[in-house]
Amino acid sequence: MAVAKRPFRWHRNLSAKVAAIPMIATAGIVFVGGTAWTVLYSFTSSKLLPKEKFVGLAQYERLWSSNKWLISIENLAIYGALSLVFAMVVGFLLAALLDRKIRFEDTFRTIFLYPFALSFIVTGLAWQWILNPDFGVQNVVRSMGFENFNFDPLYNPDIVIYGVLIAGLWHETGLIMCLMLAGLRGIDEDIWKASRVDGIPVWKTYVFIVIPMMRGIFITALVLIASGIIKVYDLIVAQTGGGPGIASEVPAKYVYDAMFLSQNLGQGFAASTMMLLSVVIVVVPWAYLEFGGKSRRG
Amino acid sequence: MDKVADLNNNSLSAQGDAGDRSVSEGPRGEKPKRVLTRRNIILYGTLIVVALYYLLPLYVMVVTSLKGMPEIRLGNIFSPPVEVTFAPWVKAWSEACTGLNCEGLSRGFWNSVRILVPSVVLSIAIASVNGYALANWRFKGAELFFTILIVGAFIPYQVMIYPIVIMLREIGLYGSLTGLVLVHTVFGMPILTLLFRNYFASVPEELFKAARVDGAGFWAIYFRIMLPMSLPIFVVAIILQVTGIWNDFLFGVIYTKPDLYPMTVQLNNIVNSTQGVKEYNVNMAATILTGLVPLCVYFVSGKLFVRGIAAGAVKG
Repeated sequence: MAVAKRPFRWHRNLSAKVAAIPMIATAGIVFVGGTAWTVLYSFTSSKLLPKEKFVGLAQYERLWSSNKWLISIENLAIYGALSLVFAMVVGFLLAALLDRKIRFEDTFRTIFLYPFALSFIVTGLAWQWILNPDFGVQNVVRSMGFENFNFDPLYNPDIVIYGVLIAGLWHETGLIMCLMLAGLRGIDEDIWKASRVDGIPVWKTYVFIVIPMMRGIFITALVLIASGIIKVYDLIVAQTGGGPGIASEVPAKYVYDAMFLSQNLGQGFAASTMMLLSVVIVVVPWAYLEFGGKSRRG
Repeated sequence: MDKVADLNNNSLSAQGDAGDRSVSEGPRGEKPKRVLTRRNIILYGTLIVVALYYLLPLYVMVVTSLKGMPEIRLGNIFSPPVEVTFAPWVKAWSEACTGLNCEGLSRGFWNSVRILVPSVVLSIAIASVNGYALANWRFKGAELFFTILIVGAFIPYQVMIYPIVIMLREIGLYGSLTGLVLVHTVFGMPILTLLFRNYFASVPEELFKAARVDGAGFWAIYFRIMLPMSLPIFVVAIILQVTGIWNDFLFGVIYTKPDLYPMTVQLNNIVNSTQGVKEYNVNMAATILTGLVPLCVYFVSGKLFVRGIAAGAVKG
């Protein structure tokens, strides 16, 4: 019987291999090949077209002495750190509130999550309008009698990134809340009963029992937000266009501008390689902890 | 922050009281509940305030889009329109200008539809068959490529943008809708393959084995058994792809030409164009129009949408 089966199995595996051709092409050619190509060409002096003229680290030296790039990095750091903290904290608090067996839970969840369905372009344009100093929040508060009220984040280079942060948080907190809520629902009811019997305050139960139990969810949320932060591009384009001046530039926009607007491919490749490097620094330890650690324990 | 700490303390004391009472009276029947406890007021109060904050931008957009320009210049963005007008909506749809072209957003809408439909069909067809092969027909090397695919999902798109430009140019598809469809298919593959692989792997193996004993092959099992059994996961994949592709901006702006720009790109060009007088009501109408498709998907699909993003969030 085993002998009779063999040619059959070979034939079936052929179908599976044919079905996997798009995956193999995507993984091999686009992901590995494309990435290697970009890293390789970041060491060339490519301008309008890619050239094989290698110049060592010259593109990186130029990149790190470029003011626009330094501002981009700084903005990404501020935006990233704050959106991580706020999205996690607010997302968890909202989830904890919704988990207190309340009515209209579905309604509240639907409201908190709908911004996530909208594109960053729509999000950015909506907040651009609300934060417009002549018509938006600033104008409304001033017309209520507070003549000296100043709130124009999108027109003030010092705080423009916080204006973007408001929109970014509005967009993504609902998602984090949903994740956290799923995590809270995964906690055994008996844990709550036990802590109530022991007279442990609710907030202590959350901080010392529930949150440590949700470690996996927190890490997932962290990775999700972090990988979203590095991609921030559309939001900036829609809300500020990188302005005022270059005050709200981000790395992803630096790459696009270098490649498609200022015909400076080498700079684009170098900047995108730096983005890749930052992702590697974040993802590799996580992958090691998550998968490497597990297999060692198991 | 302080408020929430308060809230937790209050909810604690409220529950503590309830607990004491039920112990002294014995646990008989439903606990009597008062509606207006301090805990409830703070709990629902916080939720309602946050909900209003989340609804505010949508409200402001709708209100602005229904006003005329004179009313916008004089008034308050939060006040409802005195005189409701639908002219901004008509103008946004059929007359708004990007550069020299004044056909309105309708062109971007139809471009987006022409991008969306083939992208969704192609990406889901490829990824579902691929996930099925990975789950049920393992072969040597499959896991390696799958791992590369999943790790590749973390690579910033910016790293792969230009090599793809060259590849598309080589096969003559750069600047065409077909090229963009291929790009969406490629970048949708990691998450969709993961989604389908995990789903198919959870289908009882006996079913699969029984079909094999009956002589069904790769495609017969896929079309006759797996496909009919997995409609919910297909709906989740469709939701994921429709919202993702409709909301895309980066690929649209890079891989198409101005007359083929998807709706998001055209919207941005209309609103952020530096020429002419800014018509905020038209801009807001255009913004809502662009957000309408994913919003409809969201409100219609409800729990499945949540399932889709949860699937997107859970790796491995």
